[in-house]
Amino acid sequence: MTADRLDHYVSTAPFDPYAVEHMSPEQERYYMASQWRMMWWKLKRHRLAVVSGVVLAVMYFTILISEFLSPYALDSRHIHHIYAPPQSVHLFHEGSFVGPFVYGFDYRLDMDTLQRVYTVDRTDVQPIRFFCRGDGYDFWGMIPASLHLMCPSEGGTLFLLGTDRLGRDMLSRILYGTRISLTVGLIGITISFVLGIVIGGVAGYYGGWIDNVTQRFIEVLRSFPELPLWMALSAALPVTWSPILIYFGITLILGLLDWTGLARAVRSKLLALREEDFCTAAQLMGASPRRIIGRHLLPSFMSHLIASATLSIPGMILGETALSFLGLGLRPPITSWGVLLNEAQNINVVALYPWLMLPVVPVIVVVLAFNFLGDGLRDAADPYR
Amino acid sequence: MLGFFVRRIMVMIPTLLAISAITFVIIQLPPGDYLTTLVTELESRGEAIDQSRLQFLRETYGLDKPMIEQYFVWLGGMLTGDYGYSFEYNRPVADVVGDRMLLTIVVSFATIIFIWVVSFPIGIYSATHQYSLGDYGLTFLGFLGLATPNFLLALVLLYFANVMFGTSIGGLMDPVYMDAPWSWGKMVSVLEHLWIPVIVIGTSGTAGMIRRLRANLLDELHKQYVVTARAKGLSPARVLWKYPLRMAINPFISDIGNLLPQIVSGAAVVSIVLSLPTTGPMLLDALRSQDMYLAGSFLMFLALLTVVGVFLSDVALAMLDPRIRLEGGANR
Repeated sequence: MTADRLDHYVSTAPFDPYAVEHMSPEQERYYMASQWRMMWWKLKRHRLAVVSGVVLAVMYFTILISEFLSPYALDSRHIHHIYAPPQSVHLFHEGSFVGPFVYGFDYRLDMDTLQRVYTVDRTDVQPIRFFCRGDGYDFWGMIPASLHLMCPSEGGTLFLLGTDRLGRDMLSRILYGTRISLTVGLIGITISFVLGIVIGGVAGYYGGWIDNVTQRFIEVLRSFPELPLWMALSAALPVTWSPILIYFGITLILGLLDWTGLARAVRSKLLALREEDFCTAAQLMGASPRRIIGRHLLPSFMSHLIASATLSIPGMILGETALSFLGLGLRPPITSWGVLLNEAQNINVVALYPWLMLPVVPVIVVVLAFNFLGDGLRDAADPYR
Repeated sequence: MLGFFVRRIMVMIPTLLAISAITFVIIQLPPGDYLTTLVTELESRGEAIDQSRLQFLRETYGLDKPMIEQYFVWLGGMLTGDYGYSFEYNRPVADVVGDRMLLTIVVSFATIIFIWVVSFPIGIYSATHQYSLGDYGLTFLGFLGLATPNFLLALVLLYFANVMFGTSIGGLMDPVYMDAPWSWGKMVSVLEHLWIPVIVIGTSGTAGMIRRLRANLLDELHKQYVVTARAKGLSPARVLWKYPLRMAINPFISDIGNLLPQIVSGAAVVSIVLSLPTTGPMLLDALRSQDMYLAGSFLMFLALLTVVGVFLSDVALAMLDPRIRLEGGANR
């Protein structure tokens, strides 16, 4: 018997059952990465989304220090510079370097057309001052201060984006408006996020008639054209409310009508996930529905939810802008981009003073940025693809 | 097919009822009923209040009855063509509205046609020339179209028309025809003015439709039967037209459900900016003066327009795509 056996090699090294599964440090880093880390890696490769994210981060950062960034206070009026055109920044005066400065205005009222005519006075050099004392303000509504990033020279003016019908600086007002316009979307999306998860979660987890009722209700809400419904609801806000109450009312309206899409997404995911074994296991161990939904089911598609929430923020910002533009939304002294655009409603005014339309630019930038970021997040939310 | 039809109508009725209930709640939202508003309005103008007229209005609209009953009175009125009373205009709502609703339908319908006509070739081009320069350019334009709110687009267009050509592009017809009865000339004039609001309202819808058509067509083009068709030597055009395109074209009809509320919303705001004689500006006026019966019937009408539009698209889809009516009903 032994004669026909072939010789064979036997290793004397100790046997390591995990030898095949050993990974290099890079592999380990990759295979052991958490879902969020993988999302981040994938997102980083999406250039446009990263750029958009940075733009948005910068804009959200400015709302913390809008008072400091804007050359004037929100409501400081310049009665001698009503509808002044934008002043451009120059560096050289008659061939010699002066540093950033603007030329002053000569102002004259055209008695024939009753139009204000501003001509640039090429001799009046007004250097811009930096980190200087200007209009006083209460920083964050609490700390009295007067420091600005840049101010006009003594006795001069600095209207980089022109002024409006009361002689208020547009640049300052746009910077202040950022604060309101950007937070409207955030508060609104928070409301709609909570509503969407709770309602969609209950509908998806329990199914049956609860699901049916919610689905029909969502269908009804969705068949309303959004904007007219927003208009009707915000018109119904009592006129006696203070502007700040109106602000919260508007965000509430925006959030209350927006949750339907999110609720549908949550529901359809839950309907599938609740049949999974890990869900049955949790049920058998006696976990409450709240815990199962919140602890076991939601985290598995949270990233998708965040991506779709990012995509619905611009809708809210646009909604607020449209409402305020039509005069049904926020009211002064609360200033948003829509409130600023409200002044641009009359085409004859806009034709004469086109810089009143400038708040359109940040609106488009923000909406585009949110769309790109949302697209990037949505792609990244599925890191295994 | 008939079964699908009936089932679809049965779904529509409760939807409309719920919509009417929500609309009614909105009408009732501002404090006080509309007679108290009327009284204060008359008082502020220093006019005497005719008690018998008040009594008449109170009785016709059942304002002394409980809320539920008022709702049914209002609903009954809606069904029989009595849309309530506009105290802003001091006339019944039905008289005030005139052909604004018709014009709204015309504008919305024209916008849908526009979206189809424009997005069809562009979507096909983008899908068949994926990652080409043209595709990138069109995709970027589409993004811009999605991001620009249409009322701002209207404003910008108005501005450029005013600055460059010195004309106003607002309105939906020549001022001559403003209050004239419908005639051939008026219709031509409407058609001449229609294209600007249609483009403005349709931009974002077109952008969305192009993206969807492109994605759908790309999905189809990567399937095996396309490879087979190409392998057996069919011409590229025939490969495209025979099946993939027919499969990808579904959203053109099925998406009306998403598109229509969006178009109607857009039309409302754009028509305010461009001062079109549609429901938009009047809705805004009514809301500003809290003329809630007028606003309510506009809201109801706009919702009705979307629901009926979606119904029609569902029926059309069921006729075109046999898969829809086979799986319909039970477990939806």
